[in-house]
Amino acid sequence: MPLRTYAGQSLSVNEEGFLSDSAQWTPAVAEEIAKESGLIPLKEKHWQVITFCREDAAREGQPPGVRRIAKLSGVGMKELYELFPKGPGKLAARIAGLPKPTGCI
Amino acid sequence: MTTTILEPHTEPHIADLEKQMTAKPPIQAVSIILSKGSLDMVYPALILANGARMSGIDATIFFTFWGLDAITEKKLDNLHVATVGNPAFPIPTMLGGLPGMESLASAFMKRGIEKLDIPPIREMLEILKDSGAKFYACRMAMEMFNLKQTDLIPQVDGVLSVIDFFDNAAGSQLLFI
Repeated sequence: MPLRTYAGQSLSVNEEGFLSDSAQWTPAVAEEIAKESGLIPLKEKHWQVITFCREDAAREGQPPGVRRIAKLSGVGMKELYELFPKGPGKLAARIAGLPKPTGCI
Repeated sequence: MTTTILEPHTEPHIADLEKQMTAKPPIQAVSIILSKGSLDMVYPALILANGARMSGIDATIFFTFWGLDAITEKKLDNLHVATVGNPAFPIPTMLGGLPGMESLASAFMKRGIEKLDIPPIREMLEILKDSGAKFYACRMAMEMFNLKQTDLIPQVDGVLSVIDFFDNAAGSQLLFI
């Protein structure tokens, strides 16, 4: 497993840059992953999505797909794509320190 | 003569990772040509387009021939599964042609789709539109089926000739369904 340094810690990530252990995630780590994708600074709405993704993944055992995020996080589909223009499906999960979502919707 | 001393890379693993990640150029855009109007063709097209948008890939769907049913206001809520001419269908083709078989199969498929929490076609189209996907209808097929743009859902971005479609699809990956 490759290692990357985020917020002063050396963290194990998979080949696509998703954290291997979501427990090692901190908001500072999220900021730095977001920076890699040109998302700086993370705004309040980003945090609303990230927090929802982490809470939902903790409950459901898997990261939510975009439809679920748009339905339940309070951030609608259009806005979700504006917040994560490089693809909310993968990017929101990666910034939230979760694995890549397996769902297609 | 000057000598350049190359600093040893402090984090070689990142260089390796980047090398790995850049080996295959990512897909930037997909253009899906949907020519069929049965559920088993329309869903894959919409789900593929949605998966592309989720990954940050631009997605366009060009609806032609019976694919137009998926964006025709009066038809899209009543699409069926093809029970005849579908070799993978678990019922012999001769029986698949019996009256009511298509509705039965469609009901089964819809139930399965609901169980998986896959949205109905209309909601799928809305999700796609909100995600920034583009929908175009084929001009020739529209004329053939006597359809006007007012017969289509308002989310359709336009009616294109094949030539315009290809101009529009420049640089994207093409997929025919």
